[in-house]
Amino acid sequence: MPVIWMLAIIAILAGAGIVLGRKKALASAGGDSRLLHSLPGYYGANVALFVAAPALLVLAAWMVLQPILIESRVAATVPEDAYETQGDLSLILADVRRVARGLDLAVEQGTITAERAGDMRSEFTDVRQRLAEVGVAVGTEVDRTTLTAAQRYRVLEGRADLAMNVVVLLLAIGGFGLMYAKTDKDFRARNSVEAAIMVILIGASTIAILTTLGIVLSMLFETMNFFRQYPALEFFFSTTWDPSFSGRGGSSELGILPLLWGTLYISLIALLVAVPIGLFSAIYLSEYAGKKFRGFAKPLLEVLAGIPTIVYGLFALITVGPLLRDAIASPLGLGTSASSVMTAGLVMGIMLIPFVSSLSDDIINAVPQAMRDGSYGLGATQSETIRQVIIPAALPGIVGAILLAASRAIGETMIVVLGAGAAARIDANPFEAMTTVTVKIVSQLTGDTDFSSPETLVAFALGLTLFVITLGLNVLALYIVRKYREQYE
Amino acid sequence: MNDMRLTERAVDNNGTKIRAKGVQVYYGDTHAIKNVDVDIADKTVTAFIGPSGCGKSTFLRCINRMNDTISVARVEGDILIDGEDIYDKRVDPVQLRAKVGMVFQKPNPFPKSIYDNVAYGPRIHGLAKDKADLDGIVESALRRAALWDEVKDRLTAPGTGLSGGQQQRLCIARAVATSPEVLLMDEPCSALDPIATDQVENLIHELRANYSVVIVTHSMSQASRVSQKTAYFHLGEMVEYGDTGDIFTNPKDERTENYITGRIG
Ligand SMILES: Nc1ncnc2c1ncn2[C@@H]1O[C@H](COP(=O)(O)OP(=O)(O)OP(=O)(O)O)[C@@H](O)[C@H]1O
Ligand SMILES: [Mg+2]
Repeated sequence: MPVIWMLAIIAILAGAGIVLGRKKALASAGGDSRLLHSLPGYYGANVALFVAAPALLVLAAWMVLQPILIESRVAATVPEDAYETQGDLSLILADVRRVARGLDLAVEQGTITAERAGDMRSEFTDVRQRLAEVGVAVGTEVDRTTLTAAQRYRVLEGRADLAMNVVVLLLAIGGFGLMYAKTDKDFRARNSVEAAIMVILIGASTIAILTTLGIVLSMLFETMNFFRQYPALEFFFSTTWDPSFSGRGGSSELGILPLLWGTLYISLIALLVAVPIGLFSAIYLSEYAGKKFRGFAKPLLEVLAGIPTIVYGLFALITVGPLLRDAIASPLGLGTSASSVMTAGLVMGIMLIPFVSSLSDDIINAVPQAMRDGSYGLGATQSETIRQVIIPAALPGIVGAILLAASRAIGETMIVVLGAGAAARIDANPFEAMTTVTVKIVSQLTGDTDFSSPETLVAFALGLTLFVITLGLNVLALYIVRKYREQYE
Repeated sequence: MNDMRLTERAVDNNGTKIRAKGVQVYYGDTHAIKNVDVDIADKTVTAFIGPSGCGKSTFLRCINRMNDTISVARVEGDILIDGEDIYDKRVDPVQLRAKVGMVFQKPNPFPKSIYDNVAYGPRIHGLAKDKADLDGIVESALRRAALWDEVKDRLTAPGTGLSGGQQQRLCIARAVATSPEVLLMDEPCSALDPIATDQVENLIHELRANYSVVIVTHSMSQASRVSQKTAYFHLGEMVEYGDTGDIFTNPKDERTENYITGRIG
C-alpha cells in the first residue's frame, strides 16, 4: 500500500476523532458544555492528536530507517570474494537497488509475473534486456550475485512495507480507540492535549538535534578516514597546499594553513568594512533618522541581503578587482592580479553590511526608551547617550550580530572564487590572490572524485575544521549574550 | 487632617524660579494640559497632586523639555526659568536638563554598575577634578538618597540588579549627583517602604536649602509633610494652587476638596 494511502487513512481517522470526540464528550455532559472539564473542542483535538501524532512519527522514522537496515542486511549476503574495497561494494549495492527497482517496475507493468521476478536466474534470462524494456538502464550485465541480492532486497522490502503498514495502522486505530474510550465529561482533555503538544514539540527539536548530530558524525567518520591515509600533523601544520591530481600519482601536500590564512584574512577585511558601516548606519537609522526616511532606507538596505552571492562575485570579478588593481595595486607596485584578498574582502564586506545593520538596528530599537530618557534627563547629548548608554545596553546583541556576520564571511565561497582566485598561499600583501577553505572544498569535490583518496577526503577534514571554527564563534556569541543579558531590564 | 506636620508651612519669600504662562500640551489630538499658569518659587518644595492621568507627569516633563523626546507631543505657551524662556530657539535643551534634574516615575537605572550610574552625570559634565573627587560625589549622592549603607560593598554590581525601591533611590542619587538647580521628582517614593520614604523626605527638606524641588505624589500626607506649595491638577487643568496648608485645610475648589477628602481619585 503506498504511503499516500496511509496518510489518507490517518487523516480520515483524525478527522473522525475531532467530530466524534467532541460529540461523545458533549453527550456525556448531557449537551451542557459547562459541565465538561475542558472546552468541547479539546476532546476532539485530543482524539485526533493521539491518532495522528504517534502514527506519523513512527511512519516517518520507519521510512528513514528502513532503507538503511535493508541495505546492511543485503550487503551481508553479497559474497566477500565479489568485491575488494568498500567502494566496490557500494557500487554493487547501487546496481542491486537499480535492479530491484527495475523488477518492481516490470512486475507493475506486467512484463514479468511476481513469481518470475522472485526466482529467475541470470544464467537463463537476460535480465538487463528485460529491465531495459521497462525503461531501467543497468550499466553492465547483471550477474548472479547482483540478481540474487536484488531479489533478496525485494523480499525484505516487501516484508518491511507490510510490517510498517500494520504497525502504523494499529497505532492510529489504537490511539483512536484509547482516547475515544476515555472521552467523558470528567476527562481532562485540556491537560492531555497540552501533554501531546509538548511531545510533538520535543519530537521536532529532537529531529533538529539528530540531523545536526548526523551531519557532524558523518563528517567525523570521513575525516578519520582521511587521517588514516594522511598524517594529521601535516594537515594542520604544513604551510603548503599542493594536491596532486588523481591518476597522475605523486604525493600531495595538503596543509590547511594557507587556506585558513586566506579565510581569516578575507573575513577580517570583510568585517572591517561591514562592522563600522553597518553599525553606524544602524545607529543613524534608529536614533537620528526620521520615521519616513527610516521606513524607506531600511528595506532598501535589506535588499542588499537578498542579492545572490554570485552576483556579488561578478561585481568583484568585473568591477572591483580591475579597479583596485589599476588604481592602487599596480601604481604602488603591490601586484598585478585583479583577483586579490582585498577585492574579495571589500565585496564580501558590502554583502555583510545589511546583516550587521539590520540586526543591530533591531537591537538598538529594543533598548527601552526609559534608558534614553534617563540619560537625556541628566543633560547628556544624543551622541553621549548613544555611546554611553545605548551601545553598552545593546552590546550583547551587537556582538551577536557581528559574530553572525563573521560566520557568514568564513563560510562564503562564491565571492572568493571570483574575487580572490584559487591560489593557496600565505602572504601579507592584500593585493595578492589567495583562497579560502571553502573554495578548496569545492575544487577537491568537483571533477573526477575518488572517495577513497586523501585528495578527496581532505574536503571533509577541511569542512570539519571550518565547522569547528564557526561553532566556536557561535558558542562565543552565546556566551557573551548570556553573560550580559541580565543587565537589560 | 489635624495631625499633619505643617510646621514648615511658612513660605520664604524667595522669588520665582519657574514661571509658566498659558501652557498647553497636546499628544497628537489629546489635549493633555490645558492653559496652566503657575509660579514656582525658588528654594521651595512644590507638590503636584491629582488623580491618575490628569497630566502631572506631562507638566513636569515640560519644565525640562523632556517632552521633546516624544514625537507626538506639542507644547505651547511659555515656561521661564530665571526669567529665560526655555522654549526659545537659542536655549539648548541639553544644557537646560543639566540644570533641571529629573527623577522619573518608573525607575530607569542604566545597565551599568551602581557606581557608574551615579557617576554618569558628573562625568559628562566634568564635575569631578579627579577619581577621589568623583568617589566623594558618588558617596555623598548615595548617602543623600539613603542608599549608601545598602550598596557600599557592591558599588560595582549592576544597578539593574537592585530591588525596585533601591533602583528608585539609585535614580534619585543619580539626579542629585549632577547638582541641578531644580529637581523634578515624579512619584519618587512610590515603591519605597516607610523608612526609605522618610529618608527621601529628609533629603527633600535638605535640598530645599539650595534648590527648588517639584514633586508629584499620590500621597496626600507626603505632600503636606514635604511641600510648602501645592498644585491640584484635574483633567489637564490646574484647578488650584496655593500654600500647602491652605489647600489641605481650606480648599477653595469643590474638586480639590473631593480629591483630598478621598471622594474621587
Ligand atoms: N507619550 C504619550 N503619548 C500619548 N498620550 C500620552 C503620553 N503620555 C501621557 N499621555 C496622556 O496624557 C494624559 C496625562 O498623562 P500623565 O502621564 O501626565 O498623567 P499623570 O497625571 O502623571 O498620571 P499618573 O498619576 O497615573 O502618573 C493621559 O491622558 C495620558 O494618556
Ligand atoms: Mg505620572
